[in-house]
Amino acid sequence: MAKIIVVTSGKGGVGKTTSSAAIGTGLALKGHKTVIIDFDVGLRNLDLIMGCERRVVYDFVNVINKEATLSQALIKDKRTKDLFLLPASQTRDKDALTTEGVEAVLNELSKDFEYIVCDSPAGIEKGAQMALYFADVAIVTTNPEVSSVRDSDRILGILQSKSRRAEQGLPPIEEHLLVTRYNPDRVSEGEMLSVADVEEILAIPLLGVIPESEAVLKASNQGAPVILDVQAEAGQAYSDAVDRLLGEERPLRFTDIQKKGFFKRLLGG
Amino acid sequence: MGIFDYFKSKSEPSSASVAKDRLQIIVAHERSRRTQPDYLEQMQQEIIAVIRKYVQVDNEHVQIQLEDTDDCSVLELNVTLPEKND
Repeated sequence: MAKIIVVTSGKGGVGKTTSSAAIGTGLALKGHKTVIIDFDVGLRNLDLIMGCERRVVYDFVNVINKEATLSQALIKDKRTKDLFLLPASQTRDKDALTTEGVEAVLNELSKDFEYIVCDSPAGIEKGAQMALYFADVAIVTTNPEVSSVRDSDRILGILQSKSRRAEQGLPPIEEHLLVTRYNPDRVSEGEMLSVADVEEILAIPLLGVIPESEAVLKASNQGAPVILDVQAEAGQAYSDAVDRLLGEERPLRFTDIQKKGFFKRLLGG
Repeated sequence: MGIFDYFKSKSEPSSASVAKDRLQIIVAHERSRRTQPDYLEQMQQEIIAVIRKYVQVDNEHVQIQLEDTDDCSVLELNVTLPEKND
């Protein structure tokens, strides 16, 4: 049985797709056969972030409607072994995702894969609900900013009441907090909520902190998940998060301000 | 910087701590609303219907809240009756 992980947030633009691509790739790099599913029907973007947008032939909705088989629709990643992508459809309406249809696809994927990463669309409508409904694990992606934190709390409420695990009285979804676009300098200036603040408000365990980084835009420009950029702090922070997801202990990095050297301070750098 | 500015800057909290305070209040409020039982809304409708049999009141003038303390729950019903115009 595969473990189903949903990357969710409520609010848009906080880094769900970037995180799905990075974490899915990270799991595959660790030798776990992983598929990432784009649940954003109508606004497909995971393919672009993963750099395989020109290889999409069939999509998730085609498989649900039995217009294509799963093996026809799955795209094998060219860079990372053991990594596959199931793209969202670009044209159909969101009602195309039915509970039964999604369940059938997840069941079939479960036979072959160790991890199924569901990249949720923004909002709390059907697509977002379907992405989280069957999840075993939720990665709640949050920016240290008021509207993102509030929406994350809203999503936590939905995870705890509208998921399959909640409805069937099963053990609850394992919740993890992933703080993205973190800027330690602004936190130290009192201009941004700290990781501790966000943790205290949402009251769920911390999976990782991804620093705001130029590497993220560069990675999406190039269509290569940022975790592959081993030089970048953001890439290393995602690697740490994946290790923690797999149960390893990793100290937090990149959450303190860079100590300026004597000369840099003297020159006002 | 004058002495007044010094005191002013001391007393003004950082924007991040304002954000944290606001979030803690709104999140606590929204959590208490979603943990209320599902029947509460329907019960509210039925209570309003009963009241309306005798007095004409708007929905917004009837407030129902369920408050949980450690060992008991208190159902608070607050009805604002219309002013008498005789």
